[in-house]
Amino acid sequence: MIAWLRQHREAFARAFGKLMQQRGASLLNALVIGVALSLPAGGYALLANLQGAAQRFTVEPQLSVFLRQEARRADLEPRLKADARIAQARFVSRDEALRELRQAEGLAEVVAALERNPLPDAFVLRAREPSAAALESLAADLRTLPGVARVQVDSAWAQRLGALARIGRLALAFLAALLATGLIAVTFNTIRLQILTLREEIEVSQLLGATDAFVRRPFLYLGVLQGLAGGALGLAVLWAGIATLNRPVRELAQTYGSDFHLAFLPMPETAVLLGAAALLGWLGALLSVSKYLR
Amino acid sequence: MISFSAVAKRYPGGEEALRGISFSLQAGEFAFVTGHSGAGKSTLLKLIPAIERPTSGSVIVNGQNVGALKRSAVPYLRRNLGLVFQDQKLLYDRTVYDNVMLPLAIGGQPPREAAKRVRAALDKVGLLARERANPIQLSGGEQQRLAIARAVVNRPAVLVADEPTANLDAESAGRILDIFVSFHQVGVTLLVATHDQGLIERYGKRVLRLAAGRLEGA
Repeated sequence: MIAWLRQHREAFARAFGKLMQQRGASLLNALVIGVALSLPAGGYALLANLQGAAQRFTVEPQLSVFLRQEARRADLEPRLKADARIAQARFVSRDEALRELRQAEGLAEVVAALERNPLPDAFVLRAREPSAAALESLAADLRTLPGVARVQVDSAWAQRLGALARIGRLALAFLAALLATGLIAVTFNTIRLQILTLREEIEVSQLLGATDAFVRRPFLYLGVLQGLAGGALGLAVLWAGIATLNRPVRELAQTYGSDFHLAFLPMPETAVLLGAAALLGWLGALLSVSKYLR
Repeated sequence: MISFSAVAKRYPGGEEALRGISFSLQAGEFAFVTGHSGAGKSTLLKLIPAIERPTSGSVIVNGQNVGALKRSAVPYLRRNLGLVFQDQKLLYDRTVYDNVMLPLAIGGQPPREAAKRVRAALDKVGLLARERANPIQLSGGEQQRLAIARAVVNRPAVLVADEPTANLDAESAGRILDIFVSFHQVGVTLLVATHDQGLIERYGKRVLRLAAGRLEGA
């Protein structure tokens, strides 16, 4: 057990030494891996930010319930207030609605031209559950109430955004798989080159009784280290990209009176990215050494 | 210790390197393998650490049928053998000391114990003062002695050497043979391939004479 640990430490030291010995080439390899990783990671970060923003907007899940002309406020109000799914119900009378319309820019003349008030009474509701499904089912129930003419879910656009995000996630998964394959190929090739330059040493070691595991070990560490270096560079690229984008994004958000800005990858995702990079490097190295040893 | 029975080796392409080889070497025995170039000396020696496998017949080393050994078992066989190769196979990107350390690192020896063994092996072949040197700085005879130190650092019971005195002057060759004799005296089984007739006559050990892949007088 101690001997085994020592052999691992020695293999790691040898892999690290090789990496340092060829600093230039190692850096370029890590850069290739880093750029490849930064693409899906950046996409993921953007998508996460977009979803965060969408969630913030749908914090106000609004429904408008328009009443029939003959319906009266008192008939509906108690039932709405009693519904647990509704957080708040505000009555907007037809007169009030007309006043609001008149105040809206450019519509005053149109309203003045009307002979009578065409607007219905309405309730503006805020639901407790912001999900699209909950809003839809609430709207469906409200439509069955007597006196209700029309129910409009004001957050339908959030649904569209959600669907868009799903497509984005799918495209991202595809991209990530593609680039992961690329990463394995890059590691495979660099490790193969390493093996070729160390062929003599491998041969001698085998003649002296080295097991396949002994031969494989430093190369696996090399793959892992290269993957980790690539992952770290990828994160750096991503960080730089987000920092650069954030300046114009903040300016844009300010014009909408929002303090929205892009957030960096959260810690768990950062760890996953580094772990994946290490794993893929390991896999590439394993394929490469196994091919050689066969 | 080593026993060949009806061993034949045919390389891909049809060339038959060995035919009907049978002999056996007792523990502690010292024998030379001789013959012209191409007579099959190297092939015969390579069958012992399973670098080559026999086409037919069996090679038994220390009770193990080497020809039938699984690939994963071969490293453990080799760790119990001392091998000196015709082309030495030293690593020129590391010191004399590290070259001798390699078999111990492979075997997972604790560093303190390993360092002692490396120095003892280097001392045995008279290279202790050169431990920090690179093998390329050594003379031909010194490189050969370094290869021997690496072969014996694991204290194997069997030492197999392929042309260890090739390209060496008589003095260096004699020095190497003296080292072998000293191993023989402590009970190591030795099988040494050489085409140097003078050397064989001087030491008067058992001789396995190969001609065109067959043992003469067998």
